[in-house]
Amino acid sequence: MEATTTVPTNKIGLEKKAYAGSASTLCTGCGHDMISNHVITACYQSDIHPNQVAKMSGIGCSSKIPAYFMSSSFAFNSMHGRMAPISTGAKVVKPDMFYLGVSGDGDTASIGLGGFVHLIRRNLPICYIIADNGVYGLTKGQFSATAEMSSVLKTGEKNLFHSIDVCSLALEVGCTFVARSFSGDAKQMVPLIQAALRHNGTAVIDVVSPCITFNNHDGSTKSYSYVKEHDVVLQELGLIQHTDEQTVDYAEGEVQKVELNDGRELVLRKLDSRAHNVQDRAAAFKVLHESQEQGELLTGLFYVNEQQESLLQKLNLTQKPLVELQDAELRPTSEQMQKILGDFR
Amino acid sequence: MKVNDFVINIATVNGSGSQSANNVLLRSLFRMGVPVGGKNIFPSNIAGLPTWFWIRANPQGFVGRKPLADIVVTLNPQTFKEDLKTLASGGFYFYPSTFVIPEELKRPDITCVPVPFKQLTDESTDIGKIKKLVTNMVYVGLLAEILKIDSSILDQVLRDQLGKKASVLEVNQKAVAIGAKYARDNFAQLNFSFKAEKKDLPKDKIIIDGNSAAALGLVQGGCTFASWYPITPSTSMMEGFIKFADKLRKDESGKNKYAVVQAEDELAAFTMVLGAGWAGARAITATSGPGMSLMAEAAGYAYYAEVPSVLWNVQRVGPSTGLPTRTLQGDLMSAAQLSHGDKKHPILLPGTVQECFEFGQTCFDLAEGLQQLVIVMSDLDLGMNMWSSDSFDLTPRPYNRGKVLSAEALEKVTTFERYRDIDGDGIPYRTLPGNKHPKAPFFTRGSGHNAKAQYTENADEHFENMQRLSLKWETAKKMVPAPIVKGSGNKVGLVYYGSTEAVMEETLFELTQKGQKVDTLRIRAIPFGAQVEEFLKNHETIYVVEQNRDAQMKSLLVMEFPQFAAKLKSMVHFDGTPITADLITHKLLTSERSH
Repeated sequence: MEATTTVPTNKIGLEKKAYAGSASTLCTGCGHDMISNHVITACYQSDIHPNQVAKMSGIGCSSKIPAYFMSSSFAFNSMHGRMAPISTGAKVVKPDMFYLGVSGDGDTASIGLGGFVHLIRRNLPICYIIADNGVYGLTKGQFSATAEMSSVLKTGEKNLFHSIDVCSLALEVGCTFVARSFSGDAKQMVPLIQAALRHNGTAVIDVVSPCITFNNHDGSTKSYSYVKEHDVVLQELGLIQHTDEQTVDYAEGEVQKVELNDGRELVLRKLDSRAHNVQDRAAAFKVLHESQEQGELLTGLFYVNEQQESLLQKLNLTQKPLVELQDAELRPTSEQMQKILGDFR
Repeated sequence: MKVNDFVINIATVNGSGSQSANNVLLRSLFRMGVPVGGKNIFPSNIAGLPTWFWIRANPQGFVGRKPLADIVVTLNPQTFKEDLKTLASGGFYFYPSTFVIPEELKRPDITCVPVPFKQLTDESTDIGKIKKLVTNMVYVGLLAEILKIDSSILDQVLRDQLGKKASVLEVNQKAVAIGAKYARDNFAQLNFSFKAEKKDLPKDKIIIDGNSAAALGLVQGGCTFASWYPITPSTSMMEGFIKFADKLRKDESGKNKYAVVQAEDELAAFTMVLGAGWAGARAITATSGPGMSLMAEAAGYAYYAEVPSVLWNVQRVGPSTGLPTRTLQGDLMSAAQLSHGDKKHPILLPGTVQECFEFGQTCFDLAEGLQQLVIVMSDLDLGMNMWSSDSFDLTPRPYNRGKVLSAEALEKVTTFERYRDIDGDGIPYRTLPGNKHPKAPFFTRGSGHNAKAQYTENADEHFENMQRLSLKWETAKKMVPAPIVKGSGNKVGLVYYGSTEAVMEETLFELTQKGQKVDTLRIRAIPFGAQVEEFLKNHETIYVVEQNRDAQMKSLLVMEFPQFAAKLKSMVHFDGTPITADLITHKLLTSERSH
């Protein structure tokens, strides 16, 4: 009798291996490689074709990972700190793709800080993943701006400066989707990435992603063991299609549902004792600040707002992407030009 | 009596509405068919500092800068003494009768005319807060009367410029009339020796600033994305594009067929352009020197990763913050060499408002055709002053979108490699994101890459790639606008570029009067092609005329053509004012006579 094994495919008929990239050149045990895996899983499970995804990145170990997932997607590995404006230009003229950006804590919280903040203010639709390990890995281990003041390098050097919490900062400048996770937490990462990809605005996911080589020692606040000891998970996340038949019963008050703009629902079942309303911006600030005071590494979805207009809507663009407009649609008629030139006669 | 041949210097305070009044005067002369040009010398300030408006009328159309005026009108107590010094012999100086001219400044060769401006202004209006504005219209009326400017033309200009509100129009008309009447009643004995006379105006003439011309050119030329950071003197170009696109680029449902993003700084402004160019749009940023400096890193990225993009620099005086409201051609060298590493950016050098319009498309044809950053070098004089020109040629020129492979095209090829030279001209083929063909996607990176766009540290692969980029430069020589050569067979040649064009006809006229023959070549683009080389070869002495201190164009020519270095002589002007025909003529004659 013949044994047949069918390889599973998603709803668009692709196997998971269609989402693979090249072999990673990152250090063995690097948190960023896990981020790659979650991106692959998220896109595969979301039935998004790789040719629909634009992979954007800056410079750094983090920014190398677009090479390690979805080889059949276009990619723009740009300059240090410039992923945000590059993505803005691309998305505005070619909006009918999913933009997935990967940046590091140097790329985003130092050189790219201005770009990060203004991207969020404009609410450009992009899934913005920050691979956050508290150091500059590729240049061999200097502190980044997200390292806590208490942290210490392998050399014993102490961090003298106050850290930037990219999640609080994002909230402060109006971010409409703010989350934090840990590269090892697939259950949290995958639905977050899926929701972020469909979000009608900037979706920031601050991913603590330990640097195995330079910042995984005692004294680091971004090491695997530190995360294990301090991680407090706010919610369990799930995504439900309205077409899904399964209904899950939750006890009253345990679940918050957020309608996403692609017709799906994000279901958040609280795990922690505090009941956090992800649609309350002030509550998000509070829960973040309190967790900082208590030395917790709080992960989960802090805030989401699907009602805010994105940059694309504010620009009132044609339905057809700008890149597809032809000569005849762009060049004014002679009559129109003569009318304008009349002001100069 | 000098007909259509005079220079006026109007000295006021900025923010007082004088710009509007000065434009009425300029426009009226223009519509009379008088060849005329206007220059605004304004401070880097919003209100309260001195500003001057120079109008030059000339029967032969020589409207470039002159250092002295025939008629000076001054309203500014701060500058009225220095304004007197700008008056040429035989000139007329109109000043408020409340000012006292110091004895030591009085000259026998000029006529000083005190005018009771305050009284005339009070007669024009009771409204305190518009008196300042109205005073300007009084001198418009006064000058119009003595110059014999056609009053119906002037009135029409007033209507066109200020006619939106009837009350505004009325008070301005009244002020003009009061100024004119005062002149009629008091200046009969003045022996005023300048006059404007109506000439046939060819129907298709316009008077326009270079920035507006460029903005229109961008709309005509298919620009769909602009990102920018405000900076003098490029701001008005972007604001012009926004204004014109809002009128000319809406679809049937009122949606925008363009996008403009005001970026948080120049780093973002130019990198947004790169993202848009990569995705397939005709994308531009306009800036000035300080902004261009910030764009240096990304310029190298554009060169190396071959991303079509345009940077339009309306140059002002540098270095550093410099003189934001003065003109210079001082960024040429840094533009040509913008970024670290080996790179060569094609540069366009518009010299007229017509070229500002035309290059609004040419820049993109080249950027996409070559898959490079193209830098357009305009300047404050060209960009912000008013130039009379033939109306723009609106004949559609098809957009050159360059070598872009669609999904259909990819079906027909066996392999697609992003940086492979297929045609032998150094220019590879590209695909655009969203192209669903499995061969289409590739990785764009600023790090070392091979022909397949893969990361490489391999010496041979990197060398090959850099060689191919050099080959592209050779191809570019045939694609960029050719220089304009006038004359032949003379021993002396004169090479120049950009807004120096405004004084070149006058210069040649002067030189001819003095018996000096020269051939001229106006460079309109870099790389320099065969014609530039020919010109340098065929002349014994070549003067390179430019508006910067360090002879930047001459240096670039020497770098490219070291064999002609000994023949090249610099002629520079760099005080922030536009160059004059007098300067070029004088320096050239002095130099030639000393041999």
